[in-house]
Amino acid sequence: MKKKLRIGFLHSLIRKEEKLLLQEFRSRSNVEIELIDDRSLTFTIGEPAFEVDAVVERSINHSRALHALKLFESSGISCINTYRVASICGDKLLTSDALAAFSIPQPEVRVAFTEESALQAIEEMGYPVILKPAVGSWGRLLSKINDRDSAESVLEHKSILGSYHHSIFYIQKYIEKHGKDIRSFVVGDKCIAAIYRKSDHWITNTARGAVTSNCPVTDELSDISVRAAKAAGGGILAVDLFETDGGYLVNEVNYTMEFKNSISVTGVNIPEHIVNYVLDTAYKAKHEKN
Amino acid sequence: MEQVICPVCDADIGLQNDTEKGELLDCDDCGSELEITGVNPYALAEAPQTEEDWGE
Ligand SMILES: Nc1ncnc2c1ncn2[C@@H]1O[C@H](COP(=O)(O)OP(=O)(O)OP(=O)(O)O)[C@@H](O)[C@H]1O
Repeated sequence: MKKKLRIGFLHSLIRKEEKLLLQEFRSRSNVEIELIDDRSLTFTIGEPAFEVDAVVERSINHSRALHALKLFESSGISCINTYRVASICGDKLLTSDALAAFSIPQPEVRVAFTEESALQAIEEMGYPVILKPAVGSWGRLLSKINDRDSAESVLEHKSILGSYHHSIFYIQKYIEKHGKDIRSFVVGDKCIAAIYRKSDHWITNTARGAVTSNCPVTDELSDISVRAAKAAGGGILAVDLFETDGGYLVNEVNYTMEFKNSISVTGVNIPEHIVNYVLDTAYKAKHEKN
Repeated sequence: MEQVICPVCDADIGLQNDTEKGELLDCDDCGSELEITGVNPYALAEAPQTEEDWGE
């Protein structure tokens, strides 16, 4: 009898996405799932962690995901996504750097380390700009800066009230996106689906109440999405883009993507694609070891 | 279906048989976000608050 593939499922809270993935994994006859809750997980450095063929990462905490992936990989376990991908995607500065290395169009970004140099960079870029924490998600603590007065006050607040990583100033040019952005889903080397996220507010995260609709995956959209995913290290990734008169710009790449609002609008069974990719990766890893 | 009680407002909540430990749900009565902290027997608690590094 063929031995089952053992998949470690790294998680904390089980949201709709994790539930859908678990249901998909459990519908496969050749798979055994080991649930790994990051809240009860401990590692002994230098010792093997788990007897699994691969780990799929679905933690809600970036810092736990990042460190756990590193330790799983160090003990020889294939992870989806990889530690490298989590480190690039979890930090907007590293993402922008990786996109630039692959010549992928993105909004102008400047980085500064002090209030004074950040203000100078903003003045040179021209208003409006967006200040973003390099590590953060769901549109939290993003500031749209429309003039010098607000630049000065937000920079001062960040320096005085923010934790140390808020004084790495990540400054991005504001892009006029006509009320919507695009989120495309890349699994391996395929762009499997995309949605528009529309909102009256300039922040169009679904976590902030944006309305989603299907976005046809054109060759151009597919091409830039797959290239952006590759720049971030590849795997299972959600790419956020702006559509401008000059073409697409990649805003960021997400490595623990949320997709519950995108299945019915696109008609694409996203969990099925994810599980197929994870099982392929696990299968290859298992056979390389043996 | 198994009945449990909302730890915030005491309302009855029905759980499906495939409910997982760690699963999130909303109480229909008070709207609180809850987490399944145990199965067999089922236990419920208020879900943790969003932390700075939560997200995608
Ligand atoms: N430079 C920009 N110009 C215009 N709109 C922007 C810009 N940057 C971000 N936004 C808007 O704000 C939203 C959140 O931005 P971004 O995705 O960078 O933040 P996040 O907190 O990492 O969110 P996510 O949950 O997608 O990881 C985007 O969906 C977009 O609509």
